[in-house]
Amino acid sequence: MGEFLEFRDVAKAFGRIQAVDGVTLEIRKGEFYSLLGPSGCGKTTMLRIAAGFETPDRGRVFLDGQDITDLPPNRRRVNTIFQSYALFPHLSVRDNIAFGLEIAKRPKDEIRRDVGAMLRLIQMEDQAGKKPGQLSGGQKQRVAVARALVNKPQVLLLDEPLAALDLKLRQRMLIELDMIHDEVGITFLYVTHDQGEAMSLSDRIAVMDQGRIEQIGTSAEIYEAPRTSFVAAFIGDTNFLESEVADCVDGEYCRLRISGFPDVVAYNDKGIRPGQPVFLSVRPEKIRISRDRPQADPRMNIAPAKVEDVIYLGPTTKYWVRAGDHRVLVLRQHFRFFLDEKPIRWKDDVWIWWHGDDGFMLEGFRKGDEKLVAAPPQKVGEE
Amino acid sequence: MKKKLQEIVLTIPSFVWLLLFFLVPTLLVFILAFRPPDPFGGIGAGWTTATIRELARHQYWVIAWRTLWASAVTTAICLALALPTGYAVARASPRRRNLLLMMVIVPFWTSFLIRVFAWRSLLHPEGPVKKILVLLGLASPQTPLLYNNAAVILVMTYTFLPFAILPIYAAAEKFDFRLVEAARDLGARPFQAFRKVFLPGIRQGVVTAVLIVLIPALGSYVVPDLVGGPSSEMLGNKIAQRVFVDRNLPHASALSVVLILAVLAPLLAILFLQRKKEKPEIILEEGG
Repeated sequence: MGEFLEFRDVAKAFGRIQAVDGVTLEIRKGEFYSLLGPSGCGKTTMLRIAAGFETPDRGRVFLDGQDITDLPPNRRRVNTIFQSYALFPHLSVRDNIAFGLEIAKRPKDEIRRDVGAMLRLIQMEDQAGKKPGQLSGGQKQRVAVARALVNKPQVLLLDEPLAALDLKLRQRMLIELDMIHDEVGITFLYVTHDQGEAMSLSDRIAVMDQGRIEQIGTSAEIYEAPRTSFVAAFIGDTNFLESEVADCVDGEYCRLRISGFPDVVAYNDKGIRPGQPVFLSVRPEKIRISRDRPQADPRMNIAPAKVEDVIYLGPTTKYWVRAGDHRVLVLRQHFRFFLDEKPIRWKDDVWIWWHGDDGFMLEGFRKGDEKLVAAPPQKVGEE
Repeated sequence: MKKKLQEIVLTIPSFVWLLLFFLVPTLLVFILAFRPPDPFGGIGAGWTTATIRELARHQYWVIAWRTLWASAVTTAICLALALPTGYAVARASPRRRNLLLMMVIVPFWTSFLIRVFAWRSLLHPEGPVKKILVLLGLASPQTPLLYNNAAVILVMTYTFLPFAILPIYAAAEKFDFRLVEAARDLGARPFQAFRKVFLPGIRQGVVTAVLIVLIPALGSYVVPDLVGGPSSEMLGNKIAQRVFVDRNLPHASALSVVLILAVLAPLLAILFLQRKKEKPEIILEEGG
């Protein structure tokens, strides 16, 4: 199936702020599609353009082949779940859900039937008479979902729908949303700043920053093969290593010079040429750490390091180690913490190593993206 | 217990004020209505219900009906103008909002009496409004703009409009306009969203606006006196006439009692309706 909801070179500015800057997206029918990015990246503006609350300065929006750019919100077959839910406080749960059907002047018995079916779907039949003010956060969220879905929209727009919920409830609603998507089979456009939400739900994710698309792909593609420093740093944690390309062997692998490291091998997926300065991104969990030197391997990058910080997190431990001029984050899952003969401690001399396929050379490196990776403060004046 | 005491102490000044200057005078008016007048403009001895019975005269029914009708029309027009204004002001950017509110309040800087006199010269047969209307062919030179019911309602609307705009604005300002977006998203046309979501959302402001316009309108005296004609007299004018011209205080008191009851009726009705609607609710509101 081809594209169903399509943004073609859409741009929107608010005063001097360019909220969306020439975005093209093609969302397939039935897809769970996420717009992921930090606050102010333009993702909510994209959603509001899809809903009809904003008119783009440039570009067109198509829904099922029809140009909907200039249609008012009430004439689009899309419905929105608002971050604040925006339930009508003066109406009961039942009347909230029936709102769209009543506006559409559907027959009374049909409204009663459809609203009843929705109440069953969200398991709130016994709460139908309550007002929104009497509901808990999770219940409000369910009512908002039902109020939108009952109109059988072609696309459901979700604006950070879980942001107002606490962690455990968020995890449960995540599963419920996924089930609802499977059940109704309509297209979801999901806006969030939470990578966990986006990655666990989405068929595809578009990562946005400063009004532009940084990368589009499945969760795994975006996490495992980030194309830009922003994607690498925003999704999960990573290490950025400033390097210069020494030579590239038949275009497959490159040898990099990084100060403080022996020559580093990296898979060349971008056709990078010798002499170019690049930044290498290596995810912390791809790096292994040990007090013993590992066996040499031409594809492995091995370097000596000194442990500067150890943060025990339960299932994993974070090690901040110094290798040459670089502070490198290593994430290690431990299986038998107290049984390991000698856990790695602060100030230990260790070896770190990672496979050449696990480092990604990034061309478009922006210095500011380093700040997205949370690092403990440097200890000044310490050996 | 301590809080209760504090509450009592804090309310005593306003309570005493209302007792002395509102409740006592009102009771005096009630009592006066049952005393006979004396020929010199004073109060006679003894008690009588003759004054009250006299109010049943046809003449008073006409005036009472006109008072009610003119006040209701004024309130309706004020509401019709204040709703879109309040909506627009609440949606305006903060800077423009202050400017617009200023414009609503600016008329108060001039004495009410002077503003009513200004209307007299505006609507005067030789005044600018009349001339323009005649020039545009919208009125014949004979059409009277002044000294009729229309003039009374026009000037009353002008007078009370800010009192309708302010409470509606105050309610609209607290209103969550995302609800209007939600309604539009669910298929409502702009006016449907206004009627089904915005209006119920600012109900309290609308109720306040109605009371704050209707009640003083019922007691209007200056406006019908200055821009109304003999056929647009309201109860307020009759009361003034009984006091200043006839020097018949009991009669004026009896009319005042009728007016007070007329004012109390809508107030009590609205309070009663609200009490009925607001069943005790368990509120589980959690932030935002």
